Amino acid sequence: MKPIEANNPQPGVGAVGLIPTDNSAQSILQFSGAWVHGAAIAKPVEALIAEFDSAQKPRRILLQTRNLTGWDSRLPTYLIKIIDWCRREGVEVDASGLPEGVQGLLKLARAVPERTDARRSAHGVSLLADVGKSVLAGVQDAKGLVYFIGEAMLAGWALLRGKARFRPVDMLLCIQDAGPSALPIVTLISLLVGLILAFVGAVQLSMFGAQIYIADLVGLGTVREMGALMTAVIMSGRTGAAYAAQLGTMNVNSEIDALKTMGISPMEFLVLPRLSALILMMPLLALYANLMGMLGGALVTVSAFDVSWLQYYNETRRAVQLHDFTVGLGKSVLFAVLIAIAGCMRGMQCGRSASAVGDAATSAMVNSIVYIVVADSVVTLICSRFGI
Amino acid sequence: MADPHITVTDLTMAYGDFVIQHDLNFTICRGDVFIIMGGSGCGKSTLLKHLIGLQSPAKGEVFYAAQNFWEADADERVLIMRSIGVLYQSGALFSSLTLSENIALPLTEFTRLSRGEIQDIVSYKLALVGLAGFEEYYPSEISGGMQKRAGLARAMALDPEILFFDEPSAGLDPVSARLLDDLIINLRDTLGTTIVVVTHELASIFAIGNNSVFLDSETKTMLATGSPKKLLAESTDPKIIQFLTRGKGRAV
Repeated sequence: MKPIEANNPQPGVGAVGLIPTDNSAQSILQFSGAWVHGAAIAKPVEALIAEFDSAQKPRRILLQTRNLTGWDSRLPTYLIKIIDWCRREGVEVDASGLPEGVQGLLKLARAVPERTDARRSAHGVSLLADVGKSVLAGVQDAKGLVYFIGEAMLAGWALLRGKARFRPVDMLLCIQDAGPSALPIVTLISLLVGLILAFVGAVQLSMFGAQIYIADLVGLGTVREMGALMTAVIMSGRTGAAYAAQLGTMNVNSEIDALKTMGISPMEFLVLPRLSALILMMPLLALYANLMGMLGGALVTVSAFDVSWLQYYNETRRAVQLHDFTVGLGKSVLFAVLIAIAGCMRGMQCGRSASAVGDAATSAMVNSIVYIVVADSVVTLICSRFGI
Repeated sequence: MADPHITVTDLTMAYGDFVIQHDLNFTICRGDVFIIMGGSGCGKSTLLKHLIGLQSPAKGEVFYAAQNFWEADADERVLIMRSIGVLYQSGALFSSLTLSENIALPLTEFTRLSRGEIQDIVSYKLALVGLAGFEEYYPSEISGGMQKRAGLARAMALDPEILFFDEPSAGLDPVSARLLDDLIINLRDTLGTTIVVVTHELASIFAIGNNSVFLDSETKTMLATGSPKKLLAESTDPKIIQFLTRGKGRAV
């Protein structure tokens, strides 16, 4: 096999050296060889400058080349460092010995002086400033949330008065997206959650021979709690994040600006259909999730223990009352509002870059999960306090 | 002709504490083709945002005819905004709607025209910008230049009194840019539309502009206002001369 070097010759070596002159006030810095990407440079620029620093400073440096076989950006970047050093130390530089192209590039790089305030300082932010900044950002965030909720309520009021401007077909699309399209995943997850609940309960209850009460556990657990909660978690990932990404992209593309300057409120045109679609669909999904959860529980109980379908059905009917459904469905409406608000708000506040859209989707998802769990605990506390 | 359409007084624009431009004073008359010019990053687009109601001024006023835009209540402001059309830099078409739905949107929301009439207007507006037959295309299916022209068709949908253009010729080939310039002049001549253009395309500035404001990023204020040709002939400010001659300076 032929060595690779044959086709792809090793890039050369770039050499740099000081040439002694008779005149002690002037040094000649000579460059030779290949000054290209991939070439080995004999002496790093820092080493050269350190050498200059340690020796007696010449009054004048003449830069020249000899037998230079090739050069690219590597040579000018090296030279700029040296020239900068010379300027700082008050040493005169004569670049006339360099190829014309290099001279031109050096001149070009110096043509526009660096803006004094343009460079961002990399360090110098204290911990205290960081804390202050995040507190201020938090306050800003809270203000944004209150503002957004206010706007959403005004839009809702406009909808009730029949004055909201949006395309009904958009609303139908949102409903389809937030409702029927979510059925498969809701089916799967709630069936499995019902199964898990039944197994967890079975371990304890079978110790007393009380397997029939698995129906109570699964029934109450899904209807009051897990049905709404799991649907909300699914929807915040499926729909809340999608809302944030859709609205965020529209923001990046100035589509939201375009709506505003048309005199159409984006709150009414974009947020309202999404919000109402989710509010309409979530209770239905939660109801369906309840059914699936109980089915999952029944599957486990009937197949693994000595309980018949009819017994399970009767026990569930006895245990789960209408007001349990009310609690669960009420929660699902609340979650729908929270998910839609988190998603739409993050989308509308989205910055104008591709990464901002990603951030919006992420924070929509994180926010809605936090809102959901906090709201769920509060509602559960209230319910147990009042014995509902 | 000297009937003021938009008057800007003592306008200061800022993001938080960071001032973009301060103390802007100029008047855009009815039927003007008004150019907002200046180097990159001097706040031209920000000024446009202040004029079309996307960003509120830190100080100062914007009057539409005699009405104070930023002091007006929300309903009045929406009314003013309905009388303007904006062509955004990227076109800003609604990506989930077809071209015909895009253009039909303001018509269905703000007029009582029948569906058939709206379709006729949509086809006519698309034909005006040279996109006849593209009604059922989605914005992602056509080129950037076509998106821009479709955006113009949408901006013109309601026959606005004022049309704003944000860098209309950016990303267009020279011939299309020239056609757009011709279209702008045509709109002004036939409909009497007031035109406000943000641009730094010298060819268009001289071809279409009859009034302008020159923003400077260093002093953060306007250096001059008036007809671009007159500015080139009479201004003594080296920055303006440099800008209007592509950096060549005044030929003496």
